Amino acid sequence: MEFARAVIAWLVDPAQWSGPGGIPTRIGEHLLLSIGPLLAAVLVALPIGLYIGHTGRSALLAVNLANIGRALPSLGIIGIFLPITAGLGLGFGVPPTVIALFALAIPPIITNTYAGLREVDPELIEAGRGMGMRETELLTRVELPIAMPIVLAGLRTSAVQVVATATLGAVLGTGGLGRYIIDGIKQQDDPQLFVGAVIVALLAITTELSFAALQRAAVSPGIRRSGRLPTAVDAEVPRPSG
Amino acid sequence: MPSDQPLIQFDWIVNNLGEIGRRLGEHIEMTVIAVVIGFVVSFGLALLIRRYRGLSGPVLAVSGVLYTVPSLALFALLLPFTGLSLLSAEIALVSYTVLILVRNILAGLESVPPDVSEAAVGMGLTASQRLWRIELPIALPVIVAGVRIATVTTIGLVTVTSLIGQGGLGYLIVVVGINQFFATAIYVGALLSVALAVGADLGLLRLQRALTPWSQARAE
Repeated sequence: MEFARAVIAWLVDPAQWSGPGGIPTRIGEHLLLSIGPLLAAVLVALPIGLYIGHTGRSALLAVNLANIGRALPSLGIIGIFLPITAGLGLGFGVPPTVIALFALAIPPIITNTYAGLREVDPELIEAGRGMGMRETELLTRVELPIAMPIVLAGLRTSAVQVVATATLGAVLGTGGLGRYIIDGIKQQDDPQLFVGAVIVALLAITTELSFAALQRAAVSPGIRRSGRLPTAVDAEVPRPSG
Repeated sequence: MPSDQPLIQFDWIVNNLGEIGRRLGEHIEMTVIAVVIGFVVSFGLALLIRRYRGLSGPVLAVSGVLYTVPSLALFALLLPFTGLSLLSAEIALVSYTVLILVRNILAGLESVPPDVSEAAVGMGLTASQRLWRIELPIALPVIVAGVRIATVTTIGLVTVTSLIGQGGLGYLIVVVGINQFFATAIYVGALLSVALAVGADLGLLRLQRALTPWSQARAE
């Protein structure tokens, strides 16, 4: 097992554990690259999804966004923004990557928020109206609590996709865990790219599991007690990321 | 990227139509290989799961985990063993199709109404006759829906194989485009990839409608 020995030798090298190219730094860069675009996408997409879901307007847009999102190659999107940010003098690495991640994160959140709100039994909304609730109260106190697991399913798809696609930022020269893979391929350094790939995979799986746990925790206590869990938790088949 | 460079240089496109066509051909070839092999594997797995129900959990769990692994990472995990090769690319691409296809093939077969299956039994059809002559035709729309998602997804992922030395439209995006700061190649590669995905999706939908004329009336 020559390869296993080389991997271990690479891992025990103290250079991998501190300094600018170290694993902790790379994980930090990767998370930093991912969190901003994800939060920004939530801020933009959630209100749009809530509006479309509550009013039923532009529903076609919400449904088609999922399909369009699937057809867009993530590497292509990262590439598309490069000439634009470069032309505007914004830079080459982080700016186009961050914009691409933001754009990729939007469709699943809108589609799932819309699908979640549509799942809510219209009689419940009528009952709320009968109780004299205003539209915003209906949304925040009836629709959103019931739809929350499906809304979070969209967030989960987006988060996994952002963490995965952030790896591709290395193609444009950003930091993050993709560096190990891209540099490893260039330098024909198999242990480096292998360990990098394992860490990226673990990070994506951890993200997936964390959001899945969040999704379970977000089931409204009333619904949990009644035992009528929402059926369409995976409103959309997730797509492999990056 | 020099800021005075126009975003699209049409003369480059005209002068390189041959190269662009070749990359498009490679892209289609890699996609077809992955979806066809993925379908054969998934079909076998789905039939196994139908016979041995207990397999369903493990198969869906393993393919689900594989699905979560980012594509560049999955390619990189294979590199030390299968190198910068088409084989590495296809192993990863095939494994991504399996979750979608197994799920849809199973869902399609389960959508067969029980009284239809019973009528087939009553007519004296054997298990394999029931599968090929009754169940698969009824399941076809759901199965093709899975093939459409798998194909569109694969077309996007094939672009990433350029990072492990393969051709396809990703070659235009990365090697000709990004690495040489040449915007036109990036746009041509990305746009063709989207166009190919949309075209394949519509083409497969038409194929499914042609194969199952009776399902026309049914909503998708």
